[in-house]
Amino acid sequence: MNRINQLFKNKKDILSVYFTAGYPNLNDTNTIIQSLEKNGTDLVEIGMPFSDPLADGPTIQASSLTALKNGMSISKLFEQLKEVRKTVSIPIILMGYINPVHKFGIEKFINKCAEVGVDGVIIPDLPFNEYYEEHQQLFENAGVTNIFLITPQTPDARIKLIDDNTKGFIYMVSSAAVTGAKKGLSEAQLAYFTRVNNLNLKNPTLIGFGIGDHESFTEACKYSKGAIIGSAFIKMLSKSSNFENDIKKFISSIRNN
Amino acid sequence: MSKSYFKTYPNEKGYFGEYGGAYIPPVLEEEMRKITEAYFKISKSHEFISQLRSIRKHYQGRPTPVYYCNRLSEKYSGRIYLKREDLNHTGAHKLNHCMGEALLAKYLGKKRLIAETGAGQHGVALATAAAYFGLECEIHMGEVDIKKEHPNVVRMKILGAEVVPVTHGLKTLKEAVDSAFEAYLKDPINTIYCIGSVVGPHPFPMMVRDFQRVVGIEAKEQFFDMTGELPDNVVACVGGGSNAMGIFSAFIEDEEVTLYGVEPAGRDLSVIGEHAATITHGSPGILHGFKCYTLQDEKGEPAPVYSVASGLDYPGVGPEHSMLHDLKRVKYSSATDKDAIDAFYELSRLEGIIPALESAHAVAHALKIAKEHPRQSILVNLSGRGDKDIDFIVDNYGLPK
Repeated sequence: MNRINQLFKNKKDILSVYFTAGYPNLNDTNTIIQSLEKNGTDLVEIGMPFSDPLADGPTIQASSLTALKNGMSISKLFEQLKEVRKTVSIPIILMGYINPVHKFGIEKFINKCAEVGVDGVIIPDLPFNEYYEEHQQLFENAGVTNIFLITPQTPDARIKLIDDNTKGFIYMVSSAAVTGAKKGLSEAQLAYFTRVNNLNLKNPTLIGFGIGDHESFTEACKYSKGAIIGSAFIKMLSKSSNFENDIKKFISSIRNN
Repeated sequence: MSKSYFKTYPNEKGYFGEYGGAYIPPVLEEEMRKITEAYFKISKSHEFISQLRSIRKHYQGRPTPVYYCNRLSEKYSGRIYLKREDLNHTGAHKLNHCMGEALLAKYLGKKRLIAETGAGQHGVALATAAAYFGLECEIHMGEVDIKKEHPNVVRMKILGAEVVPVTHGLKTLKEAVDSAFEAYLKDPINTIYCIGSVVGPHPFPMMVRDFQRVVGIEAKEQFFDMTGELPDNVVACVGGGSNAMGIFSAFIEDEEVTLYGVEPAGRDLSVIGEHAATITHGSPGILHGFKCYTLQDEKGEPAPVYSVASGLDYPGVGPEHSMLHDLKRVKYSSATDKDAIDAFYELSRLEGIIPALESAHAVAHALKIAKEHPRQSILVNLSGRGDKDIDFIVDNYGLPK
């Protein structure tokens, strides 16, 4: 059983934190991961920076451009992660866009994930059909989970198809369609969470996009196994001069208000 | 080439050979499916076609003429003809697909049109369509282009559109597409992203091509009326490639017609960042939701691009062009900034027609062909007029002696 399944089996109110690799500085990646684990984060999602991301808001876009300028790349990230796996045991997920992955070589990418201890991958612009027809076997053989996003517009049949073809969790995009910390959850969002819950999926769900504080996190946990925080965390990082301290404060403010 | 070209490409999934497709986040998947469905159901209906035809005739002033360039042909040899898209309402071919897209948006109950623009021609055309149909309009434009294409920015504002300046990266066309996508993703239900060329996720490359086919259909008939034959060569500039697909489409199955797509060679074709000759120097990649030839680095990041023509500096190109290149049906070549500026003045002074800087790239290549093949006929798609460029050119390049 891989680390993702293990986590979902044993825990609820899962807190997943997203940040961009190589941001604010090239070699901050590992310090941030270690500090996140130490302070009670259950899962980390690491963004592989790309200059033209179609699903990210201004905060993450800006951090990606900085990271690229810092010299971050997929190969550099794998080097860093190989080191950090020696000390960190929470699941690690990579999120990024298809072109850099294709350029790296998709098979090589998946195998490298398995080799350095990356548990899952999110590629928002990889079409489900292409995954299904061309890559699913590669992922499964390597034991790397491909995680799909669903949105309020995704039809039930599609959600079920995704559920049948993934073995980790489903990422429920709450509603603001590009990432960005917006406060509070609306009626429409809650109705959507309920609709998805009523489908009785075999995979658990995490809620992402629009989660940025204790209130929205707690609310999201009522409708899923947990939630993902991205932009709010990156905003904090961009202002921080002491990660160790500020990450501790940030995580505790999400968990305990 | 197969007889049923238009029914073969793109295929069901939106691919032109290996190019095209829809590499988009799930939030757009359902919208693209709906737009595709609507395109086949609504745009092919008798009612829609009649409406669009009436718009083209009475509002856009179509058909635009084909014109034989007397003095230019005399000076350079060859027989040079222009398809006068500069005379299409708003001064470029862009309105052909904008009116189609906006009419479809109206049928779909959309309230707002969003788009990017490079030179501002697409932005002006979409703002015009929005005014015509009573829709809101938001145009994303790089800060660099806003400065360079000032008259078009003013036109968009006069037409009631909101112009959103884009400040990241090189602040030109690619970044404007990023910004427009970002805005679109915030409200895909009430909005439609009317992408400005034969690029983007399926169904846009197909839809924009189909709405632009009117250029080729008219030109072929007009040219035949004038000469009793098909042109030996058809030339068009290629940024994303909408005007080129428009005119090429009518001749793809006529193998005796040589088709030329002219890419911007900028200041220096041998230096990355100094040109935008995507097909000439690129490799297959995925950008802005579709697969095509792209200028990119070893990490898969889009490379910086440059051209004197704001409508051509894009690191990708239409998927259909990518395929036509592989099939060797279209020859892709390039013209430098200097070639384009020279052609700009030649056409202005010999024919009294001031071309857009983008179109001047096609004219430049036509002059080259004319010199090499003095007996041949050359049909150039003069995709737009140059009013928008006059201040920039005179300030930066001066007047010729």
